[in-house]
Amino acid sequence: MMEKLYFRTEQLSVGYNGQPVVRDIGIGLERGQILTLIGPNGVGKSTVLKSIAGQLSTVSGVVCIGNEQLNKIGREALAKKLSVVFTEKLKAELMTCEDVVATGRYPYTGKFGILREEDRKVIEEVMELVHVTEIRGQDFEKVSDGQKQRVMLARAFCQEPEVILLDEPTSYLDVKYKLEFLSILQKMREKKGVTVIMSLHELELAERISDQILCLKGKYVDRYGTPEEIFEPGYIGQLFDITAGSYDEENGSMELESPAGEAKLFVIAGDGRGRSLYRKLQREGKAFVTGILYQNDLDYPVAKALAAEVIEAASFEPVSQSILEEAKRKIDACERVLCTREHFGSLDTAGRELYEYAKGLGKL
Amino acid sequence: MRPAVVLSLLGIGTLVFLFFNIVFGSISISLQDVIRVFAGQQIDETTENIIMEIRLPRAVAAMILGGALALSGYLLQTFFHNPIAGPFVLGISSGSKLAVALAMVFFLDRSIRVTSATLIIAAFLGAVVSMQFVLVMSKKVDTMSMLVVCGVMIGYICSAITDFVVTFASDADIVNLHNWSKGSFSGMAWEHVIVMSVVVTVTMMIVFCLSKPIGAYQLGENYAGNMGVNIRALRILLILLSSILSACVVAYAGPVSFVGIAVPHLVKYLMGTNKPIWMIPASFLGGSIFCLFCDLIARTVFAPTELSISSVTAVFGAPVVLWIMVDRRKENGCGTK
Repeated sequence: MMEKLYFRTEQLSVGYNGQPVVRDIGIGLERGQILTLIGPNGVGKSTVLKSIAGQLSTVSGVVCIGNEQLNKIGREALAKKLSVVFTEKLKAELMTCEDVVATGRYPYTGKFGILREEDRKVIEEVMELVHVTEIRGQDFEKVSDGQKQRVMLARAFCQEPEVILLDEPTSYLDVKYKLEFLSILQKMREKKGVTVIMSLHELELAERISDQILCLKGKYVDRYGTPEEIFEPGYIGQLFDITAGSYDEENGSMELESPAGEAKLFVIAGDGRGRSLYRKLQREGKAFVTGILYQNDLDYPVAKALAAEVIEAASFEPVSQSILEEAKRKIDACERVLCTREHFGSLDTAGRELYEYAKGLGKL
Repeated sequence: MRPAVVLSLLGIGTLVFLFFNIVFGSISISLQDVIRVFAGQQIDETTENIIMEIRLPRAVAAMILGGALALSGYLLQTFFHNPIAGPFVLGISSGSKLAVALAMVFFLDRSIRVTSATLIIAAFLGAVVSMQFVLVMSKKVDTMSMLVVCGVMIGYICSAITDFVVTFASDADIVNLHNWSKGSFSGMAWEHVIVMSVVVTVTMMIVFCLSKPIGAYQLGENYAGNMGVNIRALRILLILLSSILSACVVAYAGPVSFVGIAVPHLVKYLMGTNKPIWMIPASFLGGSIFCLFCDLIARTVFAPTELSISSVTAVFGAPVVLWIMVDRRKENGCGTK
């Protein structure tokens, strides 16, 4: 088992001046896997990455790439194995994007850093793959953040690394560039078999792209596993100590805090029709009760996050009389009823009955 | 290729100004005389003396020291990632000046002949000590302008103490020290020129061999580290080499202002690149031209009265520094390091 693992750490503790910030990190990655670090701000994700990159000396424990211990690999040899994209901007005065990409060849060039034919070939190939070719001649300082990040990625790949480290590579990118960046990363991983270790703030993206996720909290690894193991209902709220609002692990979406106070509104929803109204009521600070929702309804997770109470029914089962009665009691207690449904399906007899009931009371 | 063209032009420019500095002066010398001297033909002895013993060593010194200053400035700018760093504004030249003044007074009082080597070593020690102060400051302040303000303050302190030393030096030393402490290329003898040529040439060759790691360092320490550069060693080398270069200038010509900042900046824009492999030789040649030009003005404009070299370099160099600061501000909104 151990032989199969390409990158691993054992009881790794990292920190500054011998004071550990994160303790006992044990990672095991196969070649070409993507590991993502998540956790609250300031928990030490960057410290872990910097330590793995060899820029901070580790407090204790070992990091191994292949069969070698990281601190036993020489500076220059390590540069050919591992490259980085940090949050810190690269300073590139009077350099074109191509110049910046070319700096990735540093470990391979001779005494004066003159590029040879094979270096040029690598640069061309990487620029093509990472979509830098079209901006190659532009001043690096003047291209957009998304383009800069791509150039940085191309630079890192020019180093022909076996492991690439990225510290929050998507943080300042808009959604288009976020998706584009991660797609490129995925493609490069496939083509080059590069092992990727990165930190991400976007949990929903972390869940989608990672083979493994390492959750940091306090001074320890809180949880380590596959996305399926990590994104269990309730876990993210606990990891980040979410007190206002909520994160829905199953759908990768988040909602703001539900409105406080006594619920005076009843929302008849379902079929995914209620979500936008729930959020509108949240913005207006009005507490509400909603129902009757099947547990597999699109409205259901949002209702759970925002409603004072949800009248729910098991999926693919007829709504029982007792649930219907309870919904009616709630309507009795509310001042007004809002209906988001334009029509009820022929199987949705409970919904229609509730609608008629509210209409009868004149609350609709 | 633009850098290559600019570099050749700078080379030609250096030769042209070297020639101007030999031809022009308070006593006019004909072109024919100059050519004859170099051709080894006999001419009037006074004229030959003026050319061979006064003007030529002075011009060569201006060329070498100017180059050394500009290169020293370039190294400091790289080190601090700060475009307005330079040996003069950071107080390093003044530290050297103080050390040299102390050494001179100390040795002359004891009637010991002061050799070139003593002066260079004193200047180097002064440079390293004031550099340490600047390094400590650079850890505490994080904007480029604050660092420069600290450097200027260190410079003032050193200059004040130097004035103090000069005031209380015995009469015989004063004339010598006074001229020198204001900065001047006058009174260069061949023996000085030979020593400085050797020191500067060797240093420059070492710097040139470091152009690859310097290029990586420019991208930022973290990235350079990941590329396999030994950051600690490189930082120490940068400090030592730039100190040697600026010490050499101070030992022979006293403090010369603004060349270290203005020249690398101008050269960088002429070449359109900041790659060290081009910038190292180009800064050197740019510094040579700048100092030859400024010395020419210092000698000729109010002849026979000579201006101090720093006054002239400041006139042409300070506006460039202002331009850099305004330009930076426009670009990043604030002057961060």
